[in-house]
Amino acid sequence: MFVWFHKLASPPYFYRLAERIAPWFGWLSLIVMLAGLYGGLWLAPPDYQQGDGFRIMYVHVPSAWMSLFIYVVMAVAAAIGLIWRMKLAHAVSAAAAPLGASFTFLALATGSLWGKPMWGTYWVWDARLTSELVLLFLYLGYLALNHAFEDQRTGDRASAILALVGIVNVPIIHYSVKWWNTLHQGPTVFFGARADIPPSMYIPLFIMIIGFMLYFAAFILKRLQVEVLQRERHTAWVRELVERS
Amino acid sequence: MSSWHEFLTMGGYGAYVWPSYAIVLVVMVINAVLPGRRQHALLKQLRRRVPNDRERQ
Repeated sequence: MFVWFHKLASPPYFYRLAERIAPWFGWLSLIVMLAGLYGGLWLAPPDYQQGDGFRIMYVHVPSAWMSLFIYVVMAVAAAIGLIWRMKLAHAVSAAAAPLGASFTFLALATGSLWGKPMWGTYWVWDARLTSELVLLFLYLGYLALNHAFEDQRTGDRASAILALVGIVNVPIIHYSVKWWNTLHQGPTVFFGARADIPPSMYIPLFIMIIGFMLYFAAFILKRLQVEVLQRERHTAWVRELVERS
Repeated sequence: MSSWHEFLTMGGYGAYVWPSYAIVLVVMVINAVLPGRRQHALLKQLRRRVPNDRERQ
C-alpha cells in the first residue's frame, strides 16, 4: 500500500493517471446527477408544508455537504504538506480550494433563495448561515494567501496554516443547529429525528450527493493537473510532456 | 409531479427553485470548463518556451 501511495505522490505518474481517470468521473457524475434531478424534480412528491419549494433541497444540501467535505480534504492535505513536506499535498489543497469556495457560495445562494419563500428573508444572522459564511471567507483567505507570495512554497505553507486553523469552523457549522436554537432546520435526513420522510424524497438526495462527489473527484483531478504542471514547469518530465504533446 | 405546468411553475415556487438550479448549473459548468482551458493555455505557454531553451544551448 505504501509503495502505491509513494508512486502516486510522484507528479508524472499522478499526471498521467489523472489524465486517464478524470473524464470517467466527469461523465459518471453527469449521469448520476441527471438521475438524481429526475428523481428530485419529477418523481418526489411535494412537501406537505413547503410544496414544490422544498426541491431546492436537491442542490442546497449536496452543495453544503461538499463545502464541508472539501474543506476537510483541504485541511488534511495541508497537514500532510506541512508535516511530510509533500509538494503534491499542497497542490491538492490549492486545487480543492476553488471548488470548495464555489460549493460554499452555492450553498449560501441556494439556501438564501430557499429562505425567502419559507422564512420571508434572503438572509438572517443565524448560527448555521453565519458559520457557513465564515467558511466562504476561509476559502477565499486560503486562495489569497496561496497566491500572495513570489515563492510558491511560502504561499503553500502560509495558506496551509490558515486551512488548519480554520478547521475548527467545520464542527461549528455541523453542530450549529443543535447548539444554538437556529432558524435553519436541524439535521433532518441523515442524523435526523424525522424518520417519516418517504424514500421517494431522500433517495434522490443521496443520488445527488453521490453525483456531486463524483463531480468533485473529476474536477479536483483536473485542477490538480494544472497545479502540478504549474509547480513543476521547470522539471524534465514537464519539458518532455510539453514536447510530446 | 402531475403536469408540465406544475413542473414549470413548481407549484408557485418557480421564482426560487429555477434560479437556484440555474446558479448551480452555471457555477458547476464554469468549474468544469476552467481547468481544462488553463491546462491548455499553460501547455501552450510552456511549449513556446521550450524551443528558446534549445536555441540558447
